[in-house]
Amino acid sequence: MPPVVSIRNVSKRYAGGHEALKDVSLDIERGEIFALLGPNGAGKTTLISIICGIVTASGGSVHVDGHDIVADYRSARTKIGLVPQELHTDAFEPVWSTVAFSRGLFGRPSNPAHIEKTLRDLSLWDKRKAKIKELSGGMKRRVMIAKALAHEPDVLFLDEPTAGVDVELRRDMWNLVRQLRESGVTIILTTHYIEEAEEMADRVGVISRGQLILVEEKNALMQKLGKKQLTLSLSQPLAAVPPELGEWDLALEADGTVLRYTFDATADRTGVPSLLRRMSDIGIGFKDLETRQSSLEDIFVSLVTERREVAA
Amino acid sequence: MSVGAFNHRGVWAIYRFEMYRFLRTIWTGLATPVITTSLYFVVFGSAIGSRMAAIEGVDYAAFIVPGLMMLSLFNESIFNASFGIHMPRFLGTIYEPLSAPLSPFELVLGYVGAAVTKATAVALVILATAALFVDFEILHPFWMLAFLLLVATTFCLFGFIVGIWAKGFEQLQIIPMLIVTPLTFLGGAFYSVKILPEPWQTITMFNPVVYLISGFRWTFYGAGDVSIGYSLLATLGFLLTCLGVIWWIFRTGYRLKS
Repeated sequence: MPPVVSIRNVSKRYAGGHEALKDVSLDIERGEIFALLGPNGAGKTTLISIICGIVTASGGSVHVDGHDIVADYRSARTKIGLVPQELHTDAFEPVWSTVAFSRGLFGRPSNPAHIEKTLRDLSLWDKRKAKIKELSGGMKRRVMIAKALAHEPDVLFLDEPTAGVDVELRRDMWNLVRQLRESGVTIILTTHYIEEAEEMADRVGVISRGQLILVEEKNALMQKLGKKQLTLSLSQPLAAVPPELGEWDLALEADGTVLRYTFDATADRTGVPSLLRRMSDIGIGFKDLETRQSSLEDIFVSLVTERREVAA
Repeated sequence: MSVGAFNHRGVWAIYRFEMYRFLRTIWTGLATPVITTSLYFVVFGSAIGSRMAAIEGVDYAAFIVPGLMMLSLFNESIFNASFGIHMPRFLGTIYEPLSAPLSPFELVLGYVGAAVTKATAVALVILATAALFVDFEILHPFWMLAFLLLVATTFCLFGFIVGIWAKGFEQLQIIPMLIVTPLTFLGGAFYSVKILPEPWQTITMFNPVVYLISGFRWTFYGAGDVSIGYSLLATLGFLLTCLGVIWWIFRTGYRLKS
């Protein structure tokens, strides 16, 4: 099946000379949740803005469901819904009116049943007559999503969807995104909350300084790049790592009371059993142990740091 | 679902949104020009006008009716159109029309169409208010309406440009206050430029507003400072210039698409 969004060699250089995107190519598969990760200023919002028609690319091409976003912009844009990062709203508009306005803007005939369903799904039905200025920040965020869904898009862009929202609302948002995916909508979200990508995404792209430095299945990425750590709480503190344990990658922490061993979880021989045997042989006891898989955040930080070091 | 060759629902959505905003404040929107016009008629029509001689056979109070309508039309057109496009830029809601399947023509049609409706409505209310104070005739009512719409469209397009150019609400006021209003006052809104001595009469002919007011006055009384042909040419020239600038704005994305 062809990708629903196909980005080829897209670049963006602003008038001031700043190069926000450098030769970015990416395919988004139909029905997936794709998380675009990157630090602030990496080019995530610029890329989304180009696809949605808000920013003009300096080079390259983008196709949405086979439609070129420039030559066939009408067809391409009807497929796209956008929830921007900032809460841009008309404060004096009632919720129902602003959602109906969005539907009309995208050329769709009036459909009160769809708007009602959208508002109910987003727990906004009770607020349909309220002016936007009367809503809380979280509710406003939901209105933005309702507006983006008003014209029944196939692809939904969520630019930092949970920036500045509380934990409860963030969980609600994640559930909503999963429901949307189940209804067949392709979701592309930008975030710098790694937890968000780890929780929801099927695939992850990492963008740094305008370049897409990695695109990978989330699970495969975590398996491929993920390190595992064994943490041992020692019975007696050690002054230094004993020479007999020199063949393992060990670090002594917490005033010598914690021994940390970093290993490759996918390797045939992790070295964990032999380490524990050797410790027993030389009389080093431990009270507790735990293992932890590297998070996506660890991987992300490592990738971006590596990139910065190369650039420097 | 495709939107077809013309996104009429999108245009209607913008038009209706803009008109709702006007209707929300309709009483203040109409009361201000009505009160201002009434004051003009009390001062220029009754107090001073009664001592003024008729101009080209037209009573002075009646003579200033087309000029007053033009003065309000210019200001209302620029204000409504510039505010209409500047507000979404200021609020950030412009992302939505820009990302919608709307051509630049459709987008301009929605915003400028609503501004033309509002400005024309105000001008017609002023005409009705004037009828309460003065006896006047409209020799060419069809051309009066046509000229009114043409000038309103032209100045709304100009206002649309101002709304995109302006970086803040202060700048929205600069063009109407510092350029358009002085040019209107010096362009024969309250007098015939023919009564000016030389070289001021010749210098005044470089003021484009002279041609607009003169043309509009011709539709009332069959006579103006310049021929109706020149008035139409000047108006169409200004209209085409504004269309050209708007075409350039969308082509380059000037202050719309970074």
